[in-house]
Amino acid sequence: MSALTFTLRSAPAQRVDAGMLTPTALAGQAVSDIAAIMLKLGKRALRADELFDIAGDDTTDIVFRGDCSKLERIGAGMKSGRVTVDGDAGPYVGQGLLGGTITVAGSAGAFCATGMKGGRIDIVGNVGESAGGAIPGEMKGMAGGLLLVGGNAGDRLGDRMRRGQILVGGNAGDYCGTRMIAGTIAVAGTLGAYPAYGMKRGTLILNALPAQMLPTIVDCGAHRLGFLSLLYASWKGLPGPFGALDASACTVRRYMGDMAVGGRGELLVRG
Amino acid sequence: MIINGVAIDDTFAEAFGMRGIRLIITAYNETWALHSANALTGFATSVIACGAEAGIERMMSPDETPDGRPGVSVLVFAVSSKELIKQIERRVGQCVLTSPTSAIFAGLDEGDPVPMGKTLRYFGDGFQTSKQIAGKRYWRIPVMDGEFLVQDTARMVKAVGGGNFLVLADTQVQALEACEAAIVDMRKLREIVMPFPGGVVRSGSKVGSKYKALSASTNDAFCPTLRGATKSELDERIGAVLEIVIDGLTDASVKKAMEVGMRAVCRIGAAGGIRRLSAGNYGGKLGQFQYHLREILK
Repeated sequence: MSALTFTLRSAPAQRVDAGMLTPTALAGQAVSDIAAIMLKLGKRALRADELFDIAGDDTTDIVFRGDCSKLERIGAGMKSGRVTVDGDAGPYVGQGLLGGTITVAGSAGAFCATGMKGGRIDIVGNVGESAGGAIPGEMKGMAGGLLLVGGNAGDRLGDRMRRGQILVGGNAGDYCGTRMIAGTIAVAGTLGAYPAYGMKRGTLILNALPAQMLPTIVDCGAHRLGFLSLLYASWKGLPGPFGALDASACTVRRYMGDMAVGGRGELLVRG
Repeated sequence: MIINGVAIDDTFAEAFGMRGIRLIITAYNETWALHSANALTGFATSVIACGAEAGIERMMSPDETPDGRPGVSVLVFAVSSKELIKQIERRVGQCVLTSPTSAIFAGLDEGDPVPMGKTLRYFGDGFQTSKQIAGKRYWRIPVMDGEFLVQDTARMVKAVGGGNFLVLADTQVQALEACEAAIVDMRKLREIVMPFPGGVVRSGSKVGSKYKALSASTNDAFCPTLRGATKSELDERIGAVLEIVIDGLTDASVKKAMEVGMRAVCRIGAAGGIRRLSAGNYGGKLGQFQYHLREILK
């Protein structure tokens, strides 16, 4: 058995919903059936084999090749298995992911990991806005699992995030952790303006204070927080700066907020 | 059966099915982890009046504990799940939450749930925060020295309580020194505790009493000062009897502890004034587990 590989014949002009090409959705299907799956491209519908060259037969290990930046919902809702994107991916990567792993060698579009409940997503490059955030109309963003971003994250990272962890090796944009309900976001680089706007609970772990802070985020002083040693230990070995943190270095400066909404969230700035 | 001049009685220890739990207490240093562990396992010699039997299983180095600080592993046993849950809530709440720099974690991954942080979190008055890390939930409760970190739920298993043996010696001091030697060896083992003070108990009991209100009373057959006045189990040479009681997470661990303890006593032997080894039982009618001394020392 070799990985089931979808290689784009040419970059599609319009968005394509790739959410039905996951290990969970394709489990038990013959390659001939998979080739006949109808995919929407604008107002047209195309057979999968019209869009992709399909090779391999292992539906638990799916690979996308070519310029996939127009492919939406890659790995959406899958329960197990592995999806790999050799280049960039479009928006909604891993939407509603329940288990398994998704790896994007390039960058991913907006709303990556929205509604994710379990599993792991590795984005080697950057993610667009609202990674781990709630799509319009949804009450919650990411609700479990791990999103690892090697590069930078866009604005509103973790908007309305409910649970799970997002680790960003680069920088994050404005309004990081906005309206966050719970969960953990760690950013190794810098942060844009006004993080934790409307934050209710949850944790932002930063290496430096953001340039612009809301006045409703209050300073609670420098403290040793024991849970950080467990958290850092659980990250040990992950790619990027968080996999090599010293588990005993648990002293952080703690800010609480957003007090404008009676929030009990926290920004922890590592010393 | 005689080992090094010590007669091994043809009898058995009778032990009971209990519920047991292992907890790991950590702190800034070993001293403070021990303060907390000693408090949690304090007044826990016998379920008859303490509600639980407990003891320190072993010290843990920083690289063995969940949060990388010095720690103590404790075992707590009770007669039922309900009672153990009650005891853990009280003991962790009063002895660990209160102890400076402490944190507490589950020491068993499998078994039935026992709430810890799940109920204690309310002490945080709304400022408590939970974190799920590597599939386990923890609570962070703000306290005056920082945060009390407590795992949401610990796990309890079916366990064994009341494994025992009796050391019969010429004098009180000889019996005590033999028991001390046994305890030193037994404390090297895992999954067991000896819940009585110093691991040794002198007030062995029998079922029943002349007083209606009491369900147990002194084991007069093993009291040397009653040798002539009661149906004594002691001959004229025996000046004192001491007992070591063992609670363990498994049948095998209790059996092993009895063997290690009895062999330590036998090493001292008749030359050290040790005459006999015996055990406490209820004729095999009450306990689920029987540990036959001669079989163990075979």
